[in-house]
Amino acid sequence: MAFPDRIERVVEIAHPPVTVWTALTTADGLSSWFGEEVTIDLRPGGTARMSWSSGDVADMRIERVEEPTVFGYTWHVYGLPEDDPRRTYVEFTLEPVAAGTRLTVVESGFSQLPDDAHDKAFGGNVQGWASELGELVAYLDAA
Amino acid sequence: MPPEAEEIAEQVFVALADPSRRSLLAALAAGGPATATDLAGRLPITRQAIAKHLTLLADAGLVTAEPGERRRVRYRLRSAPMRVAQQFLAALARDWDGPLDALQAHLEKGAHDD
Repeated sequence: MAFPDRIERVVEIAHPPVTVWTALTTADGLSSWFGEEVTIDLRPGGTARMSWSSGDVADMRIERVEEPTVFGYTWHVYGLPEDDPRRTYVEFTLEPVAAGTRLTVVESGFSQLPDDAHDKAFGGNVQGWASELGELVAYLDAA
Repeated sequence: MPPEAEEIAEQVFVALADPSRRSLLAALAAGGPATATDLAGRLPITRQAIAKHLTLLADAGLVTAEPGERRRVRYRLRSAPMRVAQQFLAALARDWDGPLDALQAHLEKGAHDD
């Protein structure tokens, strides 16, 4: 497979899952290592936002909250246009081990194709612009 | 992963690997649909080479040919394949190592707060 659909990392942290959970799921925790400004409504269906002084913003939609073992959310794919509907799913899994916590992060969905509906919508937009510009030209020609 | 996606992305990357095709795609992105003659007037590439590259790009679905004025064929950039390739680049550009190092550093610093 030439291109990854999923990215996976495992790290061991010398703290119990409850401490790691706080760092992953609270505004204070997240702003200490990930975002600079963070708001979070921690429940499935809730939203979270991280922003940076660079102007970057990450809007997350929370999917799974199983304290203190699973935290999952989806977010926009960095680098794609704002109106692109594709999102990747990020899931943190916390497992207690003798040394503290084994934390696994999996981000998946990178290889999904834009769906047909989106293709049509996008094609529709292009045609929409072409025909609107055509109408503008016709209007100006008539004037 | 869908093999189709990989094929589409590969065609985008093959297209972009050639400097003449990069400048053709860039000209269409910047200036909108154009004929081979328009493009030959704007770029330091021979008319013959432009025709050859446009045929390859059209076969790969990266540009579409459409009827233009005075029965000349106009070429228009197709953005859908670029969006597939972009998503692969996004996977390569995603950095988890940095944030996870920061998480570990943050928790180690706060070790006595436990």
